[in-house]
Amino acid sequence: MSSQVSVATPSVWEGGRSPYATNSKKFGMWLFIISDSLTFSAMLFAYTYSRVTNPDWPKPFDFTPAIIFSTIMTFCLLSSSLTMVMAVHAMNHGNRASAGKWILATMTGGAAFVVLHLSEWMKLINVEHVTPFTNPWNVPLFGGTFFALTGLHMTHVVIGLIYLAIIAQGVFRGKFKAEDVEVSGLYWHFVDLVWMFIFPLVYLMSARVG
Amino acid sequence: MSAHAEEVAHVGATTGTFAKVWFVLLALTGVEVLLAYLQVPTTIMLTVLIGLSVIKAALIIAYFMHLKFERLSLFLTLFPMLIFCIVLMLIFLGDAVRIPVMRPPV
Repeated sequence: MSSQVSVATPSVWEGGRSPYATNSKKFGMWLFIISDSLTFSAMLFAYTYSRVTNPDWPKPFDFTPAIIFSTIMTFCLLSSSLTMVMAVHAMNHGNRASAGKWILATMTGGAAFVVLHLSEWMKLINVEHVTPFTNPWNVPLFGGTFFALTGLHMTHVVIGLIYLAIIAQGVFRGKFKAEDVEVSGLYWHFVDLVWMFIFPLVYLMSARVG
Repeated sequence: MSAHAEEVAHVGATTGTFAKVWFVLLALTGVEVLLAYLQVPTTIMLTVLIGLSVIKAALIIAYFMHLKFERLSLFLTLFPMLIFCIVLMLIFLGDAVRIPVMRPPV
C-alpha cells in the first residue's frame, strides 16, 4: 500500500466549479420545470389520444363567447409574463419598488386568468352539464381529461400567485435578492408556456363556429 | 469563476426586445384563433397549431425564461432529454388511431 497522499486528478472537462454559471436555486427550478413538463406532456397526450380514439368527441366551445373568452385568458397570461420579465429586469437593476409593482401587475394578470377560467368551468358544469364523469354527449373521457388537464394547470397558476405574493412582500421589505425574483419568474413563465399548448389543443381544436 | 457567473447573469435582452417578443406571441395567438374561426380541416389544423405552439414555447423559453443568455451546457443538460421523452410518448399514437377501426359495429 502506498504511503503517498492521493491527489485529485485535475478536471479535464474544463467546466470549472460552476459549469452552468448559474445559482443552485435557478438550476433547481429548471429541473422542476423539466419534470413538470413531462407531467403536462403526458396529460396532453392522454387528452389527444382519448380524442383520436373517440370519433364522436364533443366540440363544446362556441366561438362566441367561449373561444373569445379563452383568448382573453391567453392575453392575460401572456401579458403577465411580460410584466414578470419587467420585474426581473427592474430587480437586476436594483430597483426594488418598481420590481414589486411589476410583480403585483403580474399577479393581477394571473388572478384575472383564474377568475375567467373558473367562470368558464362554471358555465360548462351548470349550463352544459359536463362533470369529470358524465356529459350530455356520452363521451365521459372528455370531462375526465379536460378537468384533469385544465385543473392541474389552474392549480399551478394559484400556486404561482401565492409564490409571487410571498416574493412581492419580500421585495418591498428589502428581503429577497434578484435571483429569487428570477427563479419565481421562471415558474411563472412555465405556467404561461403550458397554457400555450392547452389553449390550442383543448380549446381551439374543439371550437364550434356558427 | 464566480465573477464570470455574475457577469453572465446580467447579460440579457432589453425591455424593447421583451415587448417585441410579447407582440409576436400575441400575433401568433391571433393566427391560431383565426384558424379556429375558419374551421380548417382537422389534420392541417393540428399540425399548424402544434407548429405555432412550439414556436411560441421556444420564444418564451429563449427570451422570457432567459435560456438564450445562459450557457449552452444548461440547455444541453435539460432539453434533449425532455424532447426525447416527449417524442417517446408518440409510441401510443398507432394504438389510438387503430381503436376506432377495431371497435365492433353497434
